[in-house]
Amino acid sequence: MMGELIKVGMADYKVGKSPASLISYGLGSCVGVALYDPVIKVGGLAHIMLPDSKQARSAENPAKFADTALPLMLEEMLKLGVAKTRVVAKIAGGAQMFTFTNTTDIMRVGERNSEAVRAVLRKLDIPIVAEDTGGNYGRTVELKLDTGVFRVRTIDKGEKEL
Amino acid sequence: MSEEILKLSALQLDALREIGNVGAGNAATALSQIINRKIDMTVPQVAILPLGEVPEVVGGPDAMVAGVYLRVFGPAPGSILFLLPRDSAFSLVDMVMGRSPGTTTALTSMDESALMEIGNILAGAYLNALSYFTRLTLLPSIPALAMDMAGAILSVILIQLGQMGDHALVIETEFATEADEVKGHFFLIPDPGSLATILAAIGVKE
Repeated sequence: MMGELIKVGMADYKVGKSPASLISYGLGSCVGVALYDPVIKVGGLAHIMLPDSKQARSAENPAKFADTALPLMLEEMLKLGVAKTRVVAKIAGGAQMFTFTNTTDIMRVGERNSEAVRAVLRKLDIPIVAEDTGGNYGRTVELKLDTGVFRVRTIDKGEKEL
Repeated sequence: MSEEILKLSALQLDALREIGNVGAGNAATALSQIINRKIDMTVPQVAILPLGEVPEVVGGPDAMVAGVYLRVFGPAPGSILFLLPRDSAFSLVDMVMGRSPGTTTALTSMDESALMEIGNILAGAYLNALSYFTRLTLLPSIPALAMDMAGAILSVILIQLGQMGDHALVIETEFATEADEVKGHFFLIPDPGSLATILAAIGVKE
């Protein structure tokens, strides 16, 4: 059975249930965070752009930041009947797309995004069961809600199932 | 108010379009001289877009593109991005390296240097026109190149803007050779704080 394909844009998150899939295209320094309850096959996918809402000049869109997006997405999943103790996380992205000789903090944002996502998940007490972060290439990620498989596609570095 | 770009007047947007016009016109002339072909250019689009919609301008976040990225330094900092579909980048490399059309299917490090140097020349031409027009000294950083998904490449710029707001002001020009073998986009994306400086420099306050 082919489920609906739900697109998740940059600085956004979506939740859904099997047999749908959640997909986010062209992650660079952003991090894709998939949360999944394997028992009732409900999950969410967030396209995280920045680590911390408290460090930003404008925090009007909570879906943009690791510290605000993930608790909100989890809350929506709980409303669909998810048990928090069963939720697992898979994450991908956080690349550094361009290399400059003087790597400033702005250039390292991919790494900082990944670190922030790990810290927020630790605080929420959600285990990360698979991860494909770093590198200097883009990724498209898809969470298949019927199986919980997190598929990571790249242009030159092949395709992985986490 | 965090997002001053949402409050720009029609006159200010026109002025920014003119800036894109002189900059991209100069860059297109430079490209035309490098590859010895006529280049057609569209009237620049000045768009204020939600960050997530910017990749749609170049065919969606998973379109395969080559991007040469430069930071702009000076009183009005920003980003310049020169984006080409992957096949156009290969055609461009064929032209500048003197290969017959269709030869290049992957980039050697020499080819990458050639693309970065072209990006450098085009950005220099763009900024020269801009500096002349605004009387602001604007200088490009060294170029960086990536061949990847458009969304992934644009994320580098969009993340910087994301710290300030949820929208990007994008000054975008599309260009193509007559036979369409090389086409692409020039983007000038001023940092949010730079807009007031640029508009004041050309005397369009509101």
